[in-house]
Amino acid sequence: MSGNQDVVMKENWWSRLTRSKYFVYVLISPIFLVLLAYVIYPFYQTFLQSVMTEEGATFENYQRFFGLTSTANLEALWTSIYISVISVITCAIVGVTMAFLMERYEFPGRRILSVLILVPMALPPLVGVLSFTFLYGESGIIPRFFQALFNLDSVPFALKGVVGVIVVHTFTMYTYFYLTAAAAIKGLDPSLEEAATSLGSGRIRIWLKVILPMLTPSLVASSLLVFMISMASYTAPLMFGVDRTMTMQIYLSRTNGNLDMAATQSTILSIVSISFLILMRWYQGRRNFQNQSKGIGVHRTELRSQLAKYLSMAFSFIGVIILMLPILVLVLISFSVDGEWTVQIIPTSYTLQHYIDLFTDERTWRPIWNSLQMSFVATAGNILFGVAAAYALVRMRFKGKVFLDILIMVPWALPGTVVAVNLIAAFSEPNVFSFNQVLIGTFWILPLAYFVRHLPLIFRSTSAALMQMDESVEEAARSLGANWWYTFRRVVMPMAFSGILAGTLLALVQGIGEFVASILIYSTSTMPLSVAIFQKMYAFQFGTACAYGVLQIVLIILVLFISQKLTDGKAGAAI
Amino acid sequence: MKNVRLETVSKMFGSAVGVENVDIDVKPGEFFTFLGPSGCGKTTTLRMIAGFYFPTKGKIYFDNRDVTTLQPNKRNIGMVFQNYALFPHMTVFENIAFGLEVRKMSKAVIKEKVERAQKLVHLEKYGARKINELSGGQQQRVALARALVIEPDILLLDEPLSNLDAKLREETRVEIKRLQVELGVTTIYVTHDQTEAMTMSDRIMVMKEGVVQQIGTPQEIYNKPTNHFVASFIGESNVLNGEVVEIIENSVKVKLEDHIFVQGSIDQSANGKNLTIGEKIKCSIRPEAVFEGPGVNELHGTIQLVEFTGVSINYVVKVGSNIMKVMIINKGNRILNRGDSITLHVPVNGIYLIGE
Repeated sequence: MSGNQDVVMKENWWSRLTRSKYFVYVLISPIFLVLLAYVIYPFYQTFLQSVMTEEGATFENYQRFFGLTSTANLEALWTSIYISVISVITCAIVGVTMAFLMERYEFPGRRILSVLILVPMALPPLVGVLSFTFLYGESGIIPRFFQALFNLDSVPFALKGVVGVIVVHTFTMYTYFYLTAAAAIKGLDPSLEEAATSLGSGRIRIWLKVILPMLTPSLVASSLLVFMISMASYTAPLMFGVDRTMTMQIYLSRTNGNLDMAATQSTILSIVSISFLILMRWYQGRRNFQNQSKGIGVHRTELRSQLAKYLSMAFSFIGVIILMLPILVLVLISFSVDGEWTVQIIPTSYTLQHYIDLFTDERTWRPIWNSLQMSFVATAGNILFGVAAAYALVRMRFKGKVFLDILIMVPWALPGTVVAVNLIAAFSEPNVFSFNQVLIGTFWILPLAYFVRHLPLIFRSTSAALMQMDESVEEAARSLGANWWYTFRRVVMPMAFSGILAGTLLALVQGIGEFVASILIYSTSTMPLSVAIFQKMYAFQFGTACAYGVLQIVLIILVLFISQKLTDGKAGAAI
Repeated sequence: MKNVRLETVSKMFGSAVGVENVDIDVKPGEFFTFLGPSGCGKTTTLRMIAGFYFPTKGKIYFDNRDVTTLQPNKRNIGMVFQNYALFPHMTVFENIAFGLEVRKMSKAVIKEKVERAQKLVHLEKYGARKINELSGGQQQRVALARALVIEPDILLLDEPLSNLDAKLREETRVEIKRLQVELGVTTIYVTHDQTEAMTMSDRIMVMKEGVVQQIGTPQEIYNKPTNHFVASFIGESNVLNGEVVEIIENSVKVKLEDHIFVQGSIDQSANGKNLTIGEKIKCSIRPEAVFEGPGVNELHGTIQLVEFTGVSINYVVKVGSNIMKVMIINKGNRILNRGDSITLHVPVNGIYLIGE
């Protein structure tokens, strides 16, 4: 009898709790806790490091940063900003022009070009820069080819310094402009132009008054994005030897043991990145799609004159070459014998050995295996967090949604270098969030870094899938007697599955290729693939480095292909 | 078959009132309809019965069990949603079987029950189809089968016909009513369509802005509306302002505008015996309760608009400063023209006296 009453009491307590309108905060607290532990707390630790000296809290480091006694930091900030601004401009010009040509004109070679145009997305940052130095660097294939062709004493041109960085940025980031501009142009009703023409406008006026204003939202959004990514860029400055950028300064301060300055630089760069994130969100929130027409028939203008046809064919041909060369050169060098390629235009002797080594030689295989393991661990964490956070944000009602949403996106906006510095600041000593362990120097610090950096990927793809799903479907399952967990398992998960999988695959390959944070926090026992590539490069083992690179590219292309199939071509926006 | 009872149920959304003080007692096996314009609180009330909202105030009972804050999955209800809410990743069979699987029935039993349910809604051959391979009407029937196969104590239908085209709507309406009568399940039906409410229901609750206006059988609602809103929301009605000038036993004399007098009856009054002389009231006169020619409550007017529908001749007539709609059944009478004078009369039981 009393036992029975106990059950009743317990049920009342539980149902009272679950019925309370504050219960939702109990449910979302783990999400906040994870963000607190691995995003906010490390950031706070870095900030603390930047202001704390033996005498207490001062802003001495910030005064030194902005002071005129040593201008290295200000120079770095300035260089980062102007590289970013120029990158935005060049990416915009290339991306938008390409989008217009592809969407508005029909010419020989358009189809192949429209596929290859997205190739830069398949290049991991490090591998991309690598192939550019092989191609256009001081001892690159193209400059040497021209040197030999014209019998010159030295190479006629070479990609280096700031120009090199900007060229690489343009090549790897114009796709952001291309994708958004192409989508916007596709949605541009040709009848608007026709209407303008019928009202007596000339071409230039139509461009200025009709087309550009309609494209503005997508151009602004892409500009902010490219600016943010350029500010965070690390690999290109590293490989082209541009020391005076923010990310490089952080790296150098750390390797010189100037830890509180590195913390200061990190904090300042974080503030810039986060401001841009908030600016982007605010802009996306207020941007409205002005196009009201349905069922738009885009018509491509066919080129009629012979001259234009030849020109366009030449253009397509050059385009295809430029787009394919980075991958082709990697493949080529991956077959070359290490150490044999010195002053020749292209490698002279070839072997299959590197590919055999990848999977048979213990020392070559090790970094691949490390990266696979670490990326799997990180991705598993990302799935749990991403799906839970997406469900909470899409389906539950609570205060602080916008805050949570921004907080999840912060790791994506933060440069990898900063993420690494933050994690070092937080986890080089035991604390609650690391379960009282020192994580630096262990296996766990890299998966943690990957987890933090790729936090938003699965979250975004899952919430996109959930948003398309009508809430009444869940209610129907509940009305048929299914409890919350059964509903989640049998209805929500299967319906969101393709979204979850697309994000998962993406997080997985990005983890395998992650370089920027890894280079600062890896330990020799768990060297990841990207760091191995970097070291092979410096050891002149180009063949092995490129074989690693090709392996990564194959993985990425596979993943892009699968997610394309899974999401009916909507995956592009997620990257 | 269960009885559903709501006791002074209210629901607030923040400080906005969703519904206020709903008191209803749905009898076992009854077909009960919530009727009202959008935003009147009918769906909110239904969702509280389903368990998707919990009332801010008041109690809900199934038979005599308090279910006010019971989770929806523990209520044994069948619900059909406006957009059907079918599971797109499952076949027709799997959709219908979902509730049975939750109840952990054996495969053989599930197969038998699902097949019976498919037969009930005429979808025997569609078991293996995906949801997106069905037409709107077929999806509707899958939703119905899925709700009925679990043998629910209460069937809840949330505007189930609003996504169908006119012809299919009529067919499905008959079908739902047939199933309900056959199975005898207590049914609560939400709609904004008065024809659906009138033709299907045993009783109707008319709501407006979260407040119950009237509960009654379709005849009561139509013939004896309690107020102006009900009178004009259900069917058409001429609602004329008036003042009680004389009460002799059951007979009430009402003065309309422009010194027109009509004779009503206390039996035909929302307030019954409480009428007092000098009271301002309204007279509800249905267009079909007005007849052409001389008689009691004789009115004279001018025709402003003529509509011929085939079944009837509809006039808009100006009587003094009152505008009245009149519907004359077409028995081959002569059709008058705009501007013609017309004499009308209204039998005493064609006038219903309502309050403000």
